[in-house]
Amino acid sequence: MTANGWFQIGLYALVLFLITKPIGVFLTRVFEREKTFLDFALRPVERLIYRLCGVDEGKEMRWTEYGTTMLVFSGVSLVLLYLIERVQHWLPWNPQKLANVTPDLAWNTAVSFTTNTNWQAYTPETTMSYLTQMAGLAYHNFASAAVGIALAIAVIRGVSRHESKTIGNFWVDLTRCFLWVLLPVCLIGSMVLISQGVVQTLKPYATAQLIEPQTVQTQGADGKTVTQTVTQQVIAVGPVASQEAIKMFGTNGGGFFYANSSHPYENPTPFSNFFQMLLIFAVPSGLTYTLGRMTRSQGHGWAVWSAMLALFLVGVSAAYWAEARGNPQLAGVDQHVSAMHSGGNMEGKEVRFGIANSALFATITTDASCGAVNSMHDSYTPLGGMIPLVNIMLGEIIFGGVGSGLYGVLVFVILAVFIAGLMVGRTPEYLGKKIEAFDVKMAMLSVLISSLTILVFAAIAVVAKFGTSSISNPGPHGLSQILYAYTSSVGNNGSAFGGLNANTLWYNASTAIAMLLGRFFVVIPILAIAGNLARKKMAPASLGTFPVTGPLFTILLISTILIVGALTFFPALSLGPILEHLLMNAGKAF
Amino acid sequence: MKQHLRTAILITLVTTLLFGLLYPLAVAGLGQLFFPSQANGGMILQNGVVVGSRLIGQPFSSDAYFHSRPSAAGNGYDPVAASGGASNLGPTNKQLVDRVRSDVEKLHAENPAAAIPVDLVTTSGSGLDPEISPAAAEFQIPRVAKSRQMSETDLRALVGKHTLARQLGIFGEPRVNVVELNLELDASHPKH
Repeated sequence: MTANGWFQIGLYALVLFLITKPIGVFLTRVFEREKTFLDFALRPVERLIYRLCGVDEGKEMRWTEYGTTMLVFSGVSLVLLYLIERVQHWLPWNPQKLANVTPDLAWNTAVSFTTNTNWQAYTPETTMSYLTQMAGLAYHNFASAAVGIALAIAVIRGVSRHESKTIGNFWVDLTRCFLWVLLPVCLIGSMVLISQGVVQTLKPYATAQLIEPQTVQTQGADGKTVTQTVTQQVIAVGPVASQEAIKMFGTNGGGFFYANSSHPYENPTPFSNFFQMLLIFAVPSGLTYTLGRMTRSQGHGWAVWSAMLALFLVGVSAAYWAEARGNPQLAGVDQHVSAMHSGGNMEGKEVRFGIANSALFATITTDASCGAVNSMHDSYTPLGGMIPLVNIMLGEIIFGGVGSGLYGVLVFVILAVFIAGLMVGRTPEYLGKKIEAFDVKMAMLSVLISSLTILVFAAIAVVAKFGTSSISNPGPHGLSQILYAYTSSVGNNGSAFGGLNANTLWYNASTAIAMLLGRFFVVIPILAIAGNLARKKMAPASLGTFPVTGPLFTILLISTILIVGALTFFPALSLGPILEHLLMNAGKAF
Repeated sequence: MKQHLRTAILITLVTTLLFGLLYPLAVAGLGQLFFPSQANGGMILQNGVVVGSRLIGQPFSSDAYFHSRPSAAGNGYDPVAASGGASNLGPTNKQLVDRVRSDVEKLHAENPAAAIPVDLVTTSGSGLDPEISPAAAEFQIPRVAKSRQMSETDLRALVGKHTLARQLGIFGEPRVNVVELNLELDASHPKH
């Protein structure tokens, strides 16, 4: 670990703090339909969309209708993506003449991108045409992000309104998010990324003559060793920058290339890396300010933000420490940091990012539901790789995904005030609303669906041949691979312990179910809470009201998150990463 | 319900047109206009032939070149490898431990005096990392200088020229671009 490494991490946290308020204020204005500086250009487009699609922008929806329209939109756009994948061979912008995607993979991918997961069981360079990437995958990066943000806004409305039957209009929230929030940032963001070297072209893959042709020995089909000379390098390109910007800003995380943000064409420089990391947390962090502003309790917004920041800093410190420490099994290798190199565990990491920026990125991408990677989590040290896993298991509420992070953390906020209420023996209240049995039941339902799906699927996969045959790293690491796969799909994260062969019928089918449960079955109970809270009367705060601002509440919220997460997952973690850590230090390899 | 389904279909089509087609095409247009070299992949041309990209690493094996990091992308530095570019080997995987041990033995024979920097025996996540650490370049200077029959001091100066400091003095890690360094080496000190 170096002073510069800590400085880069500190600088990131500082810049994040500085952008939180401006973004939060802007989001509030957009969704409260106040004036913004973009209205002159976007308002006509917005009106046109409503006219074309038959949307009545003045109409408000109950939570059930809001939820239904969200599901219908997600379903329709999912089917369109599936169709594009299945017929891409006959469509334009397919210069590499890639074949139609197979049904199970197309289904898995359609679910994956619709749920904002971006789990990728395929190698994009050799599977997806430019059209599929642009109009199918990148489009869903926008759509699923807009859905997530709209849902969060609806939930905040539920908290802030009283004696109201409705929580907003889904179509309006969706459209305004597309136009006001995602479009401007992605246009500018993609230009920043291109300036750093991210490609953006529709030309076919380029061919380069190698500077030094290589003689390589490969196994032929008959098992004999064949010697061949490689003189060329086919370089995959494509419309990358436009997808890259929304991939980060919408916390989607699906790479244009297999290597994701470790690929030099997706993330060419340390600055592009910093910029991408900032895009991930921008909206989730801003939404905490929006929460405070819309509920007229800015202190509450900051209390939630502080809990998130604290958990983030603990995670990144642990991951940085573990990766900088390196792998003791690599004998004769200099892993000590110096001015000349970063040292540490460099397997699966890029030189330009080194240890600090890899650990920082891994923490951020799993705190949020992003899942982009700039280094391969499968090759992390056991404890370094456990941090991303734990981040997702906690529910991706450390800033979290766009929208999903905020409505996810509100579940824990409700549980925290409920626990506080139990401790002092009074009916718990949240921002003037009484929290009653229905609300707590729904909150617990949402938490239980995630944990249950992860553990049940992982349990099936570790005892069945179709589950274990995909393991690439034997020993306790194999359990971590399976655990990570289901945690990532339920959490709609999309990062992976990538050695696991996930493109099998079992994994394509089971992770698709896990992703759907993790997205829609988690959010519906939360919408129910929002609808229920919106109906309630405001009770004036009294001496007995537990405050949801200030350090005491922040600590209570952190404790709730950690206790729920730890109780659920500690046994599984101790058999996976923790056991592997002990065995690694004892010199065991598998 | 029927009305919602109709709206959902229409809004999906309209936004797909806007964000799935117009937006990426606009970015492509603007990118090609303002940053043509970057938007096309930073290709390096020599006598009208593309010899690589400054961002995509290449494999090197002879003594006369600086070697890139090991790569798990196909047969090495293959950007379209069907299984991607990462080894995805876990920290307690025997394959990783054995691979590193065998690489360490080879490198130790080549330069017994120096410690072996970790990036020289580990694969990158992309399998396409065009860069090595300054320590990894320093480690190879004796071999390359001997092969090119040039002084280590001259070679060290050339390496220094291709060493990038932290971006803006803050971001990332110092690094040496192997592709550009080797191209310059060929131009200024042809192989004997």
